Amino acid sequence: MFLDRFWANTINGLSYGSIYALVALGYTLVYGVLQLINFAHSEIFVIGVFGVYFTFLALGFQPGQTPNVPLAGIIANLVLAGAVGMILAGVAAVILERVAYRPLRKRNAPRLAFLITAIGASFVIQQVFRITRGSNPEGTIRLLPPEPLFRIFGAPVTNLQVIIILAALALFVVADTFVNRTRLGRGVRAVAQDPATATLMGVNRERVIMITFLLGGLLAGAAALFYLMTIPQGAVFNGGFLLGIKAFAAAVLGGIGNLRGALLGGLILGIAENYGQSLFGGDWRDVVAFVLLVGVLMFRPTGILGESLGKARV
Amino acid sequence: MVRRRFAAAGALVAAAALVLSGCANQSGSGPAQTSAAPAPAQPNNAVLPAGDGQGKCAPGTSIAYVGTLAGQNAALGQAIANATELAVNQHNQANAGCKVTLVKADSGGTPDTAVGPTQAVINNQAVLGIVGLPFSGESKAVGPALNAAGLVNITPSATNPGLTKNGWTNFFRGLGNDAVQGPAAAKWMQGKFNPQKICVIKDDSDYGIGLATAVSQALGPQVASCQGDVKTNQKEFSATVGQVQQAAPQAIFYAGYYTEAAPLIQQLRDAGVQTPFVAPDGVKDEQFVVNAAGSANGSFLTCPCVPQEGFTAFTQAYQQAYNTPPQTYSAEAYDATTILLQGIDKGANSRPALLNFVRSYNGQGLTKKFQWQPNGELTDTPVYVYRVDGDKIVTDSPISG
Repeated sequence: MFLDRFWANTINGLSYGSIYALVALGYTLVYGVLQLINFAHSEIFVIGVFGVYFTFLALGFQPGQTPNVPLAGIIANLVLAGAVGMILAGVAAVILERVAYRPLRKRNAPRLAFLITAIGASFVIQQVFRITRGSNPEGTIRLLPPEPLFRIFGAPVTNLQVIIILAALALFVVADTFVNRTRLGRGVRAVAQDPATATLMGVNRERVIMITFLLGGLLAGAAALFYLMTIPQGAVFNGGFLLGIKAFAAAVLGGIGNLRGALLGGLILGIAENYGQSLFGGDWRDVVAFVLLVGVLMFRPTGILGESLGKARV
Repeated sequence: MVRRRFAAAGALVAAAALVLSGCANQSGSGPAQTSAAPAPAQPNNAVLPAGDGQGKCAPGTSIAYVGTLAGQNAALGQAIANATELAVNQHNQANAGCKVTLVKADSGGTPDTAVGPTQAVINNQAVLGIVGLPFSGESKAVGPALNAAGLVNITPSATNPGLTKNGWTNFFRGLGNDAVQGPAAAKWMQGKFNPQKICVIKDDSDYGIGLATAVSQALGPQVASCQGDVKTNQKEFSATVGQVQQAAPQAIFYAGYYTEAAPLIQQLRDAGVQTPFVAPDGVKDEQFVVNAAGSANGSFLTCPCVPQEGFTAFTQAYQQAYNTPPQTYSAEAYDATTILLQGIDKGANSRPALLNFVRSYNGQGLTKKFQWQPNGELTDTPVYVYRVDGDKIVTDSPISG
């Protein structure tokens, strides 16, 4: 059973793990700069999901059967919806930072206050969606049904999986390059390493923090598009809860504060879940993922690649 | 005039349908009978709220609906409250000597919120009987208080089997429970698919686990050798899909709710798994059809609820009063109300008298024959199979007990 399904589980895990990885990047970026676990990031992701969904609606797609649109049109629509989702999630992340975290920072609030605020913000956003959109998922809109493109050792790889894995990798490279090679990215790393000195050296800390939240939100918005392509029923108020926890776990697994760690953690977690379910049954899916996390942390307390956003490792 | 001719035609159609459905029932559990007219018509000896029009009762005599009106899953509660109200109105119109007042109490639909409103109804001494509560959790929470008050309580929709195992003497269930549905579903699948193997997939709710256990036991360990698990709120099912592909069963039974069933069936169909999909009343909801976006087409849904489209007089009156067709469990609520009203008409003028009346009741309702065992379960509990046809849920066939 496990061996027969090995390659299929690997491919499915990579594809779903890419979504974890993109969300995990947001956790990791914010943690690297502020040492804050931004629990509301899962709701930023949900805002992205709804942004993508409402763009589909605005483009004239209706819930129901997959519409018959030529491939170029589908791609254009997906890119447009993805862009809207990214912008919305990015702006929402910046607003969240302004409204929820900056006032606390101004008053030098203890770290615990940030954590509680993050949890509170998460609930508020979630309940706003529940009150305005109800607790049922939005009607399914799917532009691109999955079709097997080719096979790897007998396991089918669908067009969706190819798109998601490649696009996620491309976005990761962009984010990684931005942080490691650009002037703004250097500022991010400087603040992560030593905020006081960075400020003395003329780095605008508030601007760096804003950019960090913006980048995390943009990536979450992209993840939202891929998520909705994989799970068309995903536009629901609590859709970010479980995924957010998993993505946070992925960030810790890879080494929180470390971009490459978030990518690696997301992919490993996605694959491990599928292996776990295949080996032990569906009840053990989440257990396996978190036992893996605990196991890794026991031997490498800072995660697989270590916490390194601030360590200026290029 | 026109209306009378209409009624006559309706009666003819109803009679014909009755004959037809009688035939369908007698010809047993043959597997290939999906196209017969399956929805039962109104039984000609069904007791209706109007009764014989000779009811006499004290002014102010009340019955109550206790259940969700604006809280969680409110649509289900409203469908029950409306049917209760319709029955009371029809009764009061026909019985000049007995005007019953309907008290509506919003339980909020959850165990935490149900206790207060229920206590208020208990304290209202004019209330002789209750229709509700709709959900199992809240029923469990208020059961002891209602039992202590000796207030008769007929639920039109709570199906947790444990509710009748508390020793309550006032609790009556107006439909089959989950322990009835599971074996019935198993029996139907055996007749329909003649299966060597069925994959039983369950979620992690009490409802899903209980139902899956009942189905698996009825199928036997050989047939139900393929067992799958999913989690509440899980949305990605590739490992489960792989498990089904590997097992290549003749059918899939999913014990859970529509929220997970919709993405599950879509991902199964996407992966090329065309195995028939069977699911219980927790999936029998428009949301399942909408969210699966075409993939749900052809799925089968079992439910201890009786199809209502054959009860034309009831459905028309309901449609006229509430501008929407009756929903799941409306007819069950109508029947439950009728029984309470019958008791009041027949002179039960106190809580103990009405309780005794219900306990020894034996009569035909719209949905089924009503006669209770000492524990409060019905003696006769029909289960129906529904089918997703395009974007609608239609009646497929009764499961003959």
